[in-house]
Amino acid sequence: MESVLFYIFAAASVAGALLVVFHKNPIASALSLVLTLFSTAVLFIFLLAHFVAAIQILVYAGAIMVLFMFTVMFLNIREESLKFDAQNLPVKLGVLLLILFIFGYFASIGFKKSFSLNHAASLPESFGTVEGVGEVLFKDYLLPFELTSVLIVVAILGVVAIAKRGTD
Amino acid sequence: MIVTIEHYLVLSAILFIIGAYGVIIRKNLVIVLMSLELMLNSANLAFVAFSKALGNMTGQVFMIMTLTVAAAEVAVGLALVVAIYTHRGTLDIDVLKMLKG
Amino acid sequence: MLWVEIGISFVKIALVLFVVLTLVAYLTLAERRISAFIQDRLGPNRVGPFGILQPLADGVKFIFKEDIIPDRANKPFYVMAPALSLVTAIVALAVIPIGKGFNTTLFGLLEDPFYVKLQIADVNAGLLFVLAITSLSVYGVVLGGWSSNSKYSLLGGLRAAAQMISYELSLGLSILGVILLAGSLRLNDIVEAQQKIWFAIPQALGFLVFMVSSFAETNRLPFDLPEAEPEIVAGYHTEYSSMKFAMFFMAEYTHMIVASALMVCLFLGGWYPLPFGGWFGIDIERYWYLPPIVFIGKVFFLLFLFIWVRWTIPRFRYDQVMKLGWKVLFPLGVLNIIVTSAVMVFVYK
Repeated sequence: MESVLFYIFAAASVAGALLVVFHKNPIASALSLVLTLFSTAVLFIFLLAHFVAAIQILVYAGAIMVLFMFTVMFLNIREESLKFDAQNLPVKLGVLLLILFIFGYFASIGFKKSFSLNHAASLPESFGTVEGVGEVLFKDYLLPFELTSVLIVVAILGVVAIAKRGTD
Repeated sequence: MIVTIEHYLVLSAILFIIGAYGVIIRKNLVIVLMSLELMLNSANLAFVAFSKALGNMTGQVFMIMTLTVAAAEVAVGLALVVAIYTHRGTLDIDVLKMLKG
Repeated sequence: MLWVEIGISFVKIALVLFVVLTLVAYLTLAERRISAFIQDRLGPNRVGPFGILQPLADGVKFIFKEDIIPDRANKPFYVMAPALSLVTAIVALAVIPIGKGFNTTLFGLLEDPFYVKLQIADVNAGLLFVLAITSLSVYGVVLGGWSSNSKYSLLGGLRAAAQMISYELSLGLSILGVILLAGSLRLNDIVEAQQKIWFAIPQALGFLVFMVSSFAETNRLPFDLPEAEPEIVAGYHTEYSSMKFAMFFMAEYTHMIVASALMVCLFLGGWYPLPFGGWFGIDIERYWYLPPIVFIGKVFFLLFLFIWVRWTIPRFRYDQVMKLGWKVLFPLGVLNIIVTSAVMVFVYK
């Protein structure tokens, strides 16, 4: 049962990812990315990470992607011609090599040591819930977490500065 | 058939490669940003999969951090996109090479 | 036992769908009758006694109208947008608890009594689930506006995107006070925590911010900029007709139901009838049908409030909407959190 659902949502996320890269319409790309993010959120639920799954939909799909769509609509970027910048052979070969390298790297890590995913019984009761993640976040990683808020403040200041400059 | 961590890692690798391919190959700046999001998302998937495999929630904490970075990155990136588009009238990254000496 | 569980879940889903869609149909009638009352008119009263068959007539009309797809529209997205908007609205209802539950043996079919919860899914982070799903509802509106390939639709879609992102922030902030008091994100726990006192009283500021923000999120009148008739024809659904238009309409009313149910759960004590004192010793395990009646009664009152406000308050200007969201509600939400957490830390320890 779980493996069937895994393959369905994995296929959906890969299909969405392919559409992001290969669709010529930016709005379609943005929507496909939402599909990928949503399927990934479902996979998070299979991995018992309920809180993270909810956050994924809320922040990624609900806020970040709406911002993307807003920008595309605001600038009225229409369909572009499907002419990618890969007409010359060296670039194509380089990309192919890079892909093989990355895949081989990941696969070698993945298959070197086998972890079993099926020990739900040995996991603590609070695994992946708000309480559990919150405890780890605010006990072990308090300083890094607070520092990310500094990052966000910097980002806000940067955006305001860029936007202000455009209107002058 | 049982789903193991390898399944999740291979899926994560596939998503990462597609994202990297998009970053390299696409000309439209907005799509390049989206492909970057795709890569971050694949990394998140690997983090959460390892979190389950090791029974340790640190992976999920890392996912939250990545999410924050992604949000900040998108905000700045899209502000730059709007500024570039209003000044130059294009988002083709082959045209936008003013910094090239 | 597993099959019983799945079967009961399906029955619950079917029941919720049926009730909500019927309620939506009758909300349109209620809207027209109440607006007529407020404006000293009669309203639709010809089809059936008091016009109660009017929604049926409207439905038949919608189904038989010609379904127009504009020539230059982006067809797949044009068709997808209304469905997306309606689905995201309905799915959010899955975690709303309308009562506690009851034991049943299905009229003697089962040997052990089965406990039926009055809620489709009891999710650990239920409140986050509702927020996540409703945050997706903007896609239907934005896509509909974009794919119609008409300038008025595009303007409506842009306005919807900006407005919903802005008000989602204050919506989230206003809920945090309730989460601090209840100490849980499960909607059942939040309702249970209000046994002594409704959160609308200690969280009055949060309630106000939440209510204004949910009016904005549902695109109801003081904030119906995405479909403002005098300015942009009909906004994002200008080009829609027939059942597709009706689906946008149903999505709006379903959003009202979700927002009302959420307000009842978070601030108005869920299934507790009075602001103080819980159930005064009535055994609600035995009289299990009382809590749903109380809950639905409160939802009906809030729906009436939605309609009442629509026909009383004029529409904001667009810059006023943005100013209200960012410069008034957002700081108020932050203030509410600071005060609530300070009181929690220093007064209650």
